[in-house]
Amino acid sequence: MRKKMKQALEQMEPVSLPALSRVAICGGTHGNEMSGVYLVRELQRQKLEKAGSATLTTVISNPRAVQVCKRYTDMDLNRCFTDAILSSPVTVATPYEVRRAQELNTLLGPKGKLGAVDLVCDLHNTTANMGLSLISYSVQDWVIMHIYRQVQRKITSAPVRFILLDLPLADVYSQDSLGKHGFSIEVGPQPHGVVRADIFNLMKEAVDQTLDWVQCFNSGSAFEGGEVDDVYTFVKSVYYPRDPETNQITAAIHPQVQDRDFCLLHPGDPMFLMFSGEIVKYEGEEVLHPFFVNECAYYEKSIAFHLARKMTVTIPPLQVKRD
Amino acid sequence: MTSSTNVSCFHEARRVAIFGGTHGNEMSGVTLVNLWIQNGKEIHRKGVETKPFITNPRAVEKCTRYVDTDLNRAFTTENLSAPSGDDLPYEVQRAQQINEIFGPKGSPEAYDVIFDLHNTTSNMGCTLILESSKDHFNLQMMHYIKKAIAPDSCPVLLTEHPLLKYSTSRSVAKHPIGLEVGPQPQGVLRSNIFESMRVVLKHALDFIELFNEGLEFPPCTVDVFRVSEKMDYPRDTNGNIIAMVHPNLQDCDWEPLNPGDPMFQTFDGTTLRYEGAGTVYPTFINEAAYYEKQQAFVTTRRETLAAGAIKKT
Repeated sequence: MRKKMKQALEQMEPVSLPALSRVAICGGTHGNEMSGVYLVRELQRQKLEKAGSATLTTVISNPRAVQVCKRYTDMDLNRCFTDAILSSPVTVATPYEVRRAQELNTLLGPKGKLGAVDLVCDLHNTTANMGLSLISYSVQDWVIMHIYRQVQRKITSAPVRFILLDLPLADVYSQDSLGKHGFSIEVGPQPHGVVRADIFNLMKEAVDQTLDWVQCFNSGSAFEGGEVDDVYTFVKSVYYPRDPETNQITAAIHPQVQDRDFCLLHPGDPMFLMFSGEIVKYEGEEVLHPFFVNECAYYEKSIAFHLARKMTVTIPPLQVKRD
Repeated sequence: MTSSTNVSCFHEARRVAIFGGTHGNEMSGVTLVNLWIQNGKEIHRKGVETKPFITNPRAVEKCTRYVDTDLNRAFTTENLSAPSGDDLPYEVQRAQQINEIFGPKGSPEAYDVIFDLHNTTSNMGCTLILESSKDHFNLQMMHYIKKAIAPDSCPVLLTEHPLLKYSTSRSVAKHPIGLEVGPQPQGVLRSNIFESMRVVLKHALDFIELFNEGLEFPPCTVDVFRVSEKMDYPRDTNGNIIAMVHPNLQDCDWEPLNPGDPMFQTFDGTTLRYEGAGTVYPTFINEAAYYEKQQAFVTTRRETLAAGAIKKT
């Protein structure tokens, strides 16, 4: 009796969703994250325009930043996709990236509306040792969760994880929110401005598995429900210690946290090694998981790493909706 | 046994500079020099003036390699002798200022030693860069450092080459030494990289102190890697790269590359192989800053240099 109840709880009601007829792959949202830039260019060179019955759009999202190999020119493009910024009036003073975000919203959106593309997949790199991470703003988008499960099952050359940034859609600031379904593929570690073959190959595998899943889904495959693990929810950020007088950073991330994204951080564990030799310890009460450890782009926000809670998500059986 | 007639005598090294931020996004040097400007106790040595100095403050402020032009290529005779003026690129003006403070390059008034602190995205470990095979003082220092950090290794890159040698900020001094530590992404500070650079510098300064106290260093040999050839990425007619450093070569700085070994991988998966005549030792493999300088890596050949005994005058 107990086993049956447990099975009933674990097995959700099957879901059917419309086919994904328009898919977008975006690279160069940050102009110095090179795997996505070269992967999109390669897809364009191969003139890849279809994935089975779905049409494929490939976009270099921030061409000006790509041209100068910088993260952005005026402001971070991947923070410009909130409803508020997308609908703000454009003046002479409007930063380039805000204008570009509104252009992309016309191309791939409008965000939240029926005319939006079905799936946006945004390609990123990080200097953090995060392996392959899929990032999205909901764990109840079954398309995204099933894509995650396939990628996690099929890719064995690196750890595969899911990161949830839990925000209401209107406040989601990232480009993936333009599509009806959207997520980012984040691969690291790779220095900005560099393309590593192993990292490129890993990102390509993830994109291939995504497009493979889309084709299977569109052609009627039934995906069984179950549990997905290695899902991490953002809890809070940890900032670099600074000298109160000079405002200079006074420590480096401790060797026991550096390169150990997603490992456990317990109360009392070392977090920072001061240049003077002292250790700064984690003083929170909850055991959490650091990620984006020592991401170059976060220095300007003074963020050393984020902390996450780990969870498991139950997903329903999924099949394409037949008209 | 060394007879005193075979010992080269050098003046005491009384003026030593430590340069950080020659490239504004190479964070170990920027951080160490800023630390020592605030409190120089760690770099103090008896009888030596050790001056920590940020060479490219504007680039450091913007956390970028350079503002107008690469400072570490700017110390050419042409630049240093050009009439000064605000219309010159920032880094050329800066090179002239540095030459005035720490040089003039090639003159008896120049600083005795300059250490120039750099990071690289390449897996080069703690590399020491030597500009002249005839600098016995530097060879002896590098020999001392290598012994001090053993069993950890400290490869020595010799940049003496008619075409590939470049005019560095440190070249203003009588004895220029480059410290190139990696791998570290630009704009990032890694604790392990920071601490290794700190340790190498400590040993270098110890050597100078011992030398100044009158210690004689017996003849020695130093294994070096002499630069040979610059290898660019394969490119299309528009100049875009069409391949990446092959996974088998990536991170394999200082390891042998034999004819026929994989070298590049195209974006659609084809392997391109090394077609040189013999075995070489690549370094600066996949350095971020060198894409624009048309360099995927540089090949080197192994050599053993002999340094005679040295002591102070």
